[in-house]
Amino acid sequence: MFENLSDKLQRSFKNLRGQGTITEENISDALREIRIALLESDVNLAVVDQLIEHIRTRALGSQVATALSPTEQIVKIVNDELVNILGKDTARFQKSSQPPSVILMAGLQGSGKTTTSGKLAQWLKKAGHRPMLVSVDVYRPAAREQLAIVARSINANLYEGKLDSATPGTDDVLRLAKEAKREAANYGCDMLIVDTAGRNHIDSELMDEMSALKKLLNPSEILFVADAMTGQDAVNSAKAFNDRLTITGAVLTKMDGDARGGAALSIRHVTGAPIKFLGTGEKPDAFEPFHPDRIVSRIMGMGDIATLLERAEEKLDKGKAEAFAKKALSGDGFTLEDFRDQLRQIKKMGSMKSILKMLPSVGPFAGMSQAIDNVDEGQFTRVESIINSMTKRERLDHEIINGSRRKRIATGSGTSVQEVNNLLRQYAQMRKVFKTMGSGGGMKMQQRMMSQLQGRQRFGR
Amino acid sequence: MVFSSLFGKRPSEPEKPSESPAPEQPKLSLFDRMKQAVTRTRESLSDSISSVVALTREVDQASLDQLEPRLLAADIGSATTAIIMENLRQRALRTGIESGEQLKQILKAELKQILDGVAHPMQHPATPPEVILMVGVNGTGKTTTTGKLANLYRAQGRSVLLCAADTFRAAAIEQLEVWAQRSDVPVIKTKQGGDPSAALYDALSAAKARSTDVMIADTAGRLHTKTDLMKELDKMRRTCEKLVPGSPHQTFLVMDATTGQNGLQQARLFTEAAHVTGIVLTKLDGTAKGGIVLAIATELKLPVLYAGIGEKIDDLIPFDSAAFIDSLVG
Repeated sequence: MFENLSDKLQRSFKNLRGQGTITEENISDALREIRIALLESDVNLAVVDQLIEHIRTRALGSQVATALSPTEQIVKIVNDELVNILGKDTARFQKSSQPPSVILMAGLQGSGKTTTSGKLAQWLKKAGHRPMLVSVDVYRPAAREQLAIVARSINANLYEGKLDSATPGTDDVLRLAKEAKREAANYGCDMLIVDTAGRNHIDSELMDEMSALKKLLNPSEILFVADAMTGQDAVNSAKAFNDRLTITGAVLTKMDGDARGGAALSIRHVTGAPIKFLGTGEKPDAFEPFHPDRIVSRIMGMGDIATLLERAEEKLDKGKAEAFAKKALSGDGFTLEDFRDQLRQIKKMGSMKSILKMLPSVGPFAGMSQAIDNVDEGQFTRVESIINSMTKRERLDHEIINGSRRKRIATGSGTSVQEVNNLLRQYAQMRKVFKTMGSGGGMKMQQRMMSQLQGRQRFGR
Repeated sequence: MVFSSLFGKRPSEPEKPSESPAPEQPKLSLFDRMKQAVTRTRESLSDSISSVVALTREVDQASLDQLEPRLLAADIGSATTAIIMENLRQRALRTGIESGEQLKQILKAELKQILDGVAHPMQHPATPPEVILMVGVNGTGKTTTTGKLANLYRAQGRSVLLCAADTFRAAAIEQLEVWAQRSDVPVIKTKQGGDPSAALYDALSAAKARSTDVMIADTAGRLHTKTDLMKELDKMRRTCEKLVPGSPHQTFLVMDATTGQNGLQQARLFTEAAHVTGIVLTKLDGTAKGGIVLAIATELKLPVLYAGIGEKIDDLIPFDSAAFIDSLVG
């Protein structure tokens, strides 16, 4: 997500390395690099300049500090300042005392309001709510059909309403909203998500409509949906929407691209409202709550282990994983069948790329982010189909797989004998490593790995 | 009409142009419409240049330096801004700029040179159909632009066929159908979830059979980082080439004017995968400046061909660099 910014910051910190103390002189180089990096990440200019000043003041004032090297000090300061802007706590969702709680979605055209509305409904459903969706976008062709299709695909309640007018306008918008709120109450839905038409923040007529919607619905949340690829203009639109509506939070969409997402800092800075969610893909569940500290560590190149663990916890079968570990470490070793199970589990967590992206770009995982581009997602599928083409007996005892069996497996899985050989060799190696670890001889190796991890986990490489 | 939509609704406009209530004047030149659409952009940059120069009567290093952040704030990007600044500096040293007006003129010439240097006349194939692919990331306005483009070509007296090749996004096909109705052009479609190349195949065959002048295919929005989806574009290109040799004749990258520095990466990767021939810059009627096209022109030599300046069907006009720059700088 934020690879580019982290790379640049890493580099500017590297340049700072090896110098004893922070001086006005040597810090200005690093600050210039940080400034460019932030600008290239689309953080608004005014925000950048303010940030840089804070960092300078704090860096120069903190000379007395401790055992940290200058690089580490500045990393820490930049880290603190970014966290400071984004806010420290994960935002909570507000609810109204009398259901349904209304969530009003607002934003420019094409920022992803309709897609986000669907994802939000899905997310709320998972959390045990009964959301209802309604689209009051009477302007864009097929906008209401789009939400209807989205709602159907996630099996969520939708208030469709009727729209007869040839030239629909604000009256229809308000009528639909009002009907939907009543409908939600009748159906016992505790949340109503109102998808609105994309509008330009300088279009006063449509901004008036937004105000009228707010007045009518008394929403408990007004979410400003913004595209992560937005540039310097993010402050203008966010400010205009906030001045008019007092937004309660923002959703940053299209975070699965390589946009650096500096807009997050700009929006938060100019509105004071927290970023609440991120849209991270086209599927309905590619949606996650925003965690400022995690994003900052991602910016800084420390990875996003927390999200990775959370996803693992959600998708993986803990019992199965433990059973596998036990078996792998024991004398018998794990079979190809166990191996296939594990593969399937990992696949559930998402693409290999998305997993790799969450690892830190410093320390033992350095270089992983470069490897991302070379990951062949198809490899997983091929390995799985090779194992699928084996008989049960072969899967339980790989040693019986002789030449003719290999040939049959290769044909069956549409791969080559060479690929089957590779898999079997790798499997045998892995099995051995695990067994050694289990038998205690591996304890030393484990310890060595652990100390390496800790040694490199410090900042700045 | 244009006045009321562009200026009438602006709350912060201190004095609304007190036009006579008959602004029924579609006689405005494209230059003027473009200029009006991006006037807001101009105000800020022009104001800042004036303020920069007001500080020091003579233009010196310091006032040039003060210009730099303003260019950055227009999303032009740090690398391109550095190039522009360096050229300005050279010229300033050579000619000895004395007034803000002069600095403005030089900056304008500099920016215009960047855009015009990569512009080239669009060539139509000798035999129809001319095939145009619309590509871009999600939400930039591909479908809307496709609809408007159909209208524009129709107005030029060319026959148009649309292809709804966005089979992924919900209701994208229905959306394009509405646009097709508005400009009274036929549309070839498949059902949602279908193979976009299949729809394209049908549309190409139909365009050939009917000897339609232009066939425009609206593709699904995709992030340039999704390798598989980018490969799909390549497949669509091959389908075009197979049925109409030499096609697609044009591949338009639709880009949102609010796009920041990521726009450069979008242009890079879409060009790599789909051989983009030009850019359509949409949503220029907001406050966003669209300065990223200068960075794209500098690095990738891609011209901007059309500008989207509103939600109405005729709010797509040929891009006019003079108007764009004029509006940017004032």
